[in-house]
Amino acid sequence: MEILVCIKRVPTVGGKIAVTPDGQEIDTRASGFSISPHEECAVEEAVQITERDGGSVSVLTLGPEAAIEQLRGALALGAHRAVLLETDGREFGPIATAAAIAAEVRAHPYDLVLLGNEAADTGDYQVGVRLAHELGWPVATGIKNLSVGDGGVVARREYRGVEEAYSLPLPAVVTVKEGINLPRYPSLPGRLRAKRAAVDRSAPEWAGEGLRKEALRVPESSKHQAEVLGSGVDAVPGLVRVLEEMGVLS
Amino acid sequence: MTVLTLIELDGAEPADASLRALTLARTLGDTSVGTVVFADVAAVPTGLLASYGVTDAYVIEPGSVDGYAPQAWARALAGLATETGATAVLAAGTDRGNEVLAHLGAITGLPMAANCTLVTPDGGKTHRLVRHRWAGLLLEDAVMEAPIALFTVATDSVASVSAETPAAIQVHVHKPELAKADLVVRAVESPAGAGGASLATARVVVGGGRGVGGPEGFASLEQLAELLGGVVGVSRVVTSEGWRPHKQQVGQTGTKITPELYLACGISGAIQHIAGCAGAKHIIAINTDPGAPILAHADYAVIGDLHQVIPALVEALRARLR
Repeated sequence: MEILVCIKRVPTVGGKIAVTPDGQEIDTRASGFSISPHEECAVEEAVQITERDGGSVSVLTLGPEAAIEQLRGALALGAHRAVLLETDGREFGPIATAAAIAAEVRAHPYDLVLLGNEAADTGDYQVGVRLAHELGWPVATGIKNLSVGDGGVVARREYRGVEEAYSLPLPAVVTVKEGINLPRYPSLPGRLRAKRAAVDRSAPEWAGEGLRKEALRVPESSKHQAEVLGSGVDAVPGLVRVLEEMGVLS
Repeated sequence: MTVLTLIELDGAEPADASLRALTLARTLGDTSVGTVVFADVAAVPTGLLASYGVTDAYVIEPGSVDGYAPQAWARALAGLATETGATAVLAAGTDRGNEVLAHLGAITGLPMAANCTLVTPDGGKTHRLVRHRWAGLLLEDAVMEAPIALFTVATDSVASVSAETPAAIQVHVHKPELAKADLVVRAVESPAGAGGASLATARVVVGGGRGVGGPEGFASLEQLAELLGGVVGVSRVVTSEGWRPHKQQVGQTGTKITPELYLACGISGAIQHIAGCAGAKHIIAINTDPGAPILAHADYAVIGDLHQVIPALVEALRARLR
């Protein structure tokens, strides 16, 4: 099984999120970067599949030169080959992103492309679907359980307390969510291998899209300091009163 | 001119998330408010839709698409959008809503904006909009130029409000033109695990975080949730540690909740967690640390050890029932 996993470099946001003065980017002066969480699980899933059934895992990212850090992170988890679709730092929209990935997929005999259900930062919820349409492949999204069989996969997710199972013939695109597995920590030999690995590069054209970002802002917070009802068990009577006022007690 | 909203059903009624989308659709100022429902004609909740100002309900009978098939649903929406001359097509920002609208974007070659909180027509083919990034921790002001505006509505930031006066509703049956490839991917549904209220729609959620200390610590949270008619939700650290299954995670990479009450116990309040619970009407925090970030998002707080406070609260609520 030849698998391509698409990952994205995103800022590691901790206790606070701030925007640059021009309102165009997140202020990352004090933050590191990591692989978007759903996609880290996509890498783990692909590595597990090839460990079981053979084949290889390529990992791809569309981003600046610095995103090689995340490609090496994925190589350290067990991916075999890395591809950087290098940008000049401008944000690619979902249509241009899907087109750039499709070009890589057409040039190699992949059976399966895995992505995260949505990137942690832009939250567009559509690159995987647009990629599938570009390729004419079937797609399932938001997947929390994947099993590989002869010539196809069964992808499962939950919807309003009901389990949905999708059978997809290969080749196919599947977008996954955190929870599909628990990603491993990179091993020391894995890290050393990743450090030395070559990275294939190309530079897709940026293109504008019908949806144009004007500015980012932090929502006006409804932030207020909580009213403290008390300490320890002494606060329980007050707590019960508050629950009564909220109307959550029958 | 019409605006079409995809309606997901929750049993016999429209899902609340869809009613929220419909509330936003009504503000777009068109003369016809249309909805698209994939169900038998008899199962279309016309009364409730009319109370939300819906003038036209388009029914795609399930026989033609065989249950939930995202690409087929999108194909049907594309056909209807052309037929009705729709200026916008929207859905709730749910798994299905985002998925179907992504397919619709790919089919039509048009942009799609996920999880909008505000959309305003700005003349011609232009809409100005505000949408979530980082699961709502950031807002993006954006401009969409497209003959049909495609977007989904953030389910935790727009309230569902019925129209001042109900509309006279007409029901139309639409037969979609589908290609064979549209039906390749279809959901086969089966009941999932244990029943009970779902996290996304629960009225009360009792949340547990690192402070719970381990898998055995959740027994008292379960008791409390049961007494309050709610469910247990957890923070990301709890699922990464394997204390509870991932489906109980509240947060950016888990479930977004919109309960009346979120009772956050032993949860410090990382912003990714706040992204999941900010839609709660009330938040109460129980935490040993008066400086925990969750207190800046809570209405009330109890400073103390949840292992003492929760059993005492459970006892007090039981005494109240007796």
